Amino acid sequence: MLYFSNWKTFSILAVIIVGIICAAPNVFTKKQAESLPTWLPHKQINLGLDLQGGSHLVLKMNTDELLQTQLKSIRDGVNQNLRELRIDGKIVKRSRPKIINGQIQVRISKPEHVAPALTKLRELIQPLEFSILAGTSNNNIEITQGENNTIIIQPTQAAIVDRLRGAMGSAVEVMRRRVDPNGTTEPIIQQQGKDRIIVQVPGVDDPAELKRILGKTARLTFQLVDPRGAQLQGGSSRRAPPGTEWVPSEQGPPELLKAKAIVSGEELEQANATNDQQTNEPVVSFRFNSTGSRNFGRVTQENVGRPFAIVLDNGFVSETDENGNVVLDKDGKPKLRRDRRIISAPVIQEPILGGVGQISGSFTPQQTQDLALLLNSGSLAASMEIIEERSVGPSLGEDSIVAGQIAGIIGLVAVIAFILFTYGLFGLFANVALIVNIALIVGLLSLTQATLTLPGIAGIVLTIGMAVDANVLIYERIREEIRAGKSTISAIETGYNRASSTILDANITTLIAAIVLYFLGSGPISGFAVTLAFGIMTSVFTSFVFTRFIISFWLRMQRTRTIEIPI
Amino acid sequence: MTWKGFHLIASETKLTFLTYRKICLALSIAMVVLSIGLFSSVGLNFGIDFRGGTLIEVQTKDGQDANLPTLRNTLSNLGLGDVQIQLFGRPDDVLIRLEQQPGGEKAQQNALAKVQQALGDDFTYRRTEVVGPTVSEELKEQGTIAVLAAIFAVLVYIWLRFEWQFSLGAVAALVHDVILTIGIFSLLQLEFNLSIIAALLTIVGYSLNDTVVVYDRVRENLRKYKKMDLQDLLDLSINDTLSRTILTSLTTLLALLSLYLFGGEIIRGFTFAMIWGVIIGTYSSIFVAAPILLMLGVKRDWSGLGTAGKAKEPV
Repeated sequence: MLYFSNWKTFSILAVIIVGIICAAPNVFTKKQAESLPTWLPHKQINLGLDLQGGSHLVLKMNTDELLQTQLKSIRDGVNQNLRELRIDGKIVKRSRPKIINGQIQVRISKPEHVAPALTKLRELIQPLEFSILAGTSNNNIEITQGENNTIIIQPTQAAIVDRLRGAMGSAVEVMRRRVDPNGTTEPIIQQQGKDRIIVQVPGVDDPAELKRILGKTARLTFQLVDPRGAQLQGGSSRRAPPGTEWVPSEQGPPELLKAKAIVSGEELEQANATNDQQTNEPVVSFRFNSTGSRNFGRVTQENVGRPFAIVLDNGFVSETDENGNVVLDKDGKPKLRRDRRIISAPVIQEPILGGVGQISGSFTPQQTQDLALLLNSGSLAASMEIIEERSVGPSLGEDSIVAGQIAGIIGLVAVIAFILFTYGLFGLFANVALIVNIALIVGLLSLTQATLTLPGIAGIVLTIGMAVDANVLIYERIREEIRAGKSTISAIETGYNRASSTILDANITTLIAAIVLYFLGSGPISGFAVTLAFGIMTSVFTSFVFTRFIISFWLRMQRTRTIEIPI
Repeated sequence: MTWKGFHLIASETKLTFLTYRKICLALSIAMVVLSIGLFSSVGLNFGIDFRGGTLIEVQTKDGQDANLPTLRNTLSNLGLGDVQIQLFGRPDDVLIRLEQQPGGEKAQQNALAKVQQALGDDFTYRRTEVVGPTVSEELKEQGTIAVLAAIFAVLVYIWLRFEWQFSLGAVAALVHDVILTIGIFSLLQLEFNLSIIAALLTIVGYSLNDTVVVYDRVRENLRKYKKMDLQDLLDLSINDTLSRTILTSLTTLLALLSLYLFGGEIIRGFTFAMIWGVIIGTYSSIFVAAPILLMLGVKRDWSGLGTAGKAKEPV
């Protein structure tokens, strides 16, 4: 047990030296560490948001809203196909397709028309491009025949899953552009589970600004105003003729618009918040891409003298009362309202051919900035809600680091003094091992770039207290063997030997707890699990292997054959 | 050269721990029952991690002491239900807690915005935590699973390394520790949040660590003294390991005490749970784990091991 071959000696020293080198950059400032020679490691410990300050947000996609838009587009397809269906040159009579319980239901008036309608609707069935449920039902929709000449169309489970996956994939990108439009802040943005995104932004002073724009859907469309709207507005029937829709306006009564958009937000290339050159009011200027400019140019050319509407669709928002409280429905769920409205409806003075223009409404400068950012970042398929927020200001982070350091140093000094007092020279050996142990934990944290959190610091301090356990076990055993009359060397041998299985058992049980904690804990807590686990591994090495190495070295330095054990 | 250590614990103690096993077990059972009673009547003071809601830590910008009555007045008029306001560690640092607002995730953010508006520009925000209903439910579930999974995992480990009686004794000891920790949190109404779950799991690890050391010695002595009465053997094993048990508890407590006093307000709850856990864990490995072994009885004949192909024996 006390003999160390050359290669063992070399490995032990190598581990310690590499560990210390990896830990070394942390004693420098960040700048100094970065300017270290390239052959040296210069990674510092990666501080968690609770220590460096920043915002941790978890957003959840509104899957109901996503399903609704999916159903609506299927309904539009159903409508379109049935309109095209002619039997004996006549349109097939049917009810308006309705969305009920996640299905689209349409009633065909004559029983003999059901079969041809089914055939026509089956044209809508398409295989999904990527299906994780391959083999079972990998089409986009399912069409079945219900009672009373009803046809039921619904998206398949695979299609719903597929749609969510696509929406989430692009949402991560949209979030990135929104959080970090200039690519400067190094945020962490990643999907969690099937419908969530974690956004972590270091060093944010005011998360309110971030939160205002993150989960918003903003879809811009340019639509022509239907001239029939003026007559209908005064009349008794407000029902929109086919191909048109009523849209509320910010500047007056709802207007009748052609449902088909001339240009949509996807065809915007760039939007900027600026001020109108004449009136100086805040506006958003924009530029279309080539297809957008072409379409817009053509339509404005054909419609000079008529108004068109710029419609902003913010998706579904929860309704609030005059005090800003969320309004609840009968089931205690927040009442949702579609926030889609006309921002302005200018008259086309002349064809707009250059593909540039501006949107003016009664905006504040803040609103134009948000709108420009939202338009530039692209649109979310459905709105996302913040379900968890943990923001820490920079001052608290600094205080926590200082407090952790002070607690660590005082704890360390106390433990070192105690061990020195209890075990004398061998205690000194254990203390050297303890300090090396801390260096190794720091080195391991820097090397793996695991995140150090405040509970993580607590884990290190706790390790300081628990790491000496192995030495206590060994030394107590040695004392026992000496009492039993063994010689010094044989007592040390037996001490290490006998204690080894106990040390292993005792540490593995704590390691099990740390592993469970790592997998089930979130953020700061898994930071604790990481340092605890690292601490267990390094402490077994330092207090079992390294102290043995020091003691064997010390034994060889003794001149006399009868060594009195200093314990 | 002799630089000897100081023997803090007498070398060869001969304390008869198991004579007091009935009193100790009765005491432990009483405390467990009391803890369960407190937990089910008074209940835990769940933090926002498990109850949902909002926590805001603010500091006055001018460094003046915070005026709690004024703050209370301002914030209680916002219609946000129960608003708790308290100083946090220092006189210019205030912790504000809002209960979970009805109306889903959005309502929580609205409430936060209202408080920020009402507080105005006089404060810097040190910490803002908002946990919505979805996440708090999940955290509650995950926390429970974590503690149960950890207990189950160590049960399996001990069972693999020792006989089942040991496994049962060890788990009884650590369930005892976990329940008593929950009990003291119910009694003192300290905030029970995610970090306390972390503390519970660490206590599970620590308590077991202690128990395993005693059990290892029991197993060794079982082989050494084949004829010794089990009660005497258990007493002997506890005495053999007593100095280690106390020394390690002391160094761990030294580190924890330092954390408790200097580590800052945020982890104080966590450290408190750990300190309590270390004390209770040390007690339980002597006064719960060992007596249970005595009650269950253990297999004395270890001679057939190795040949019987049982891999339960180390070395």
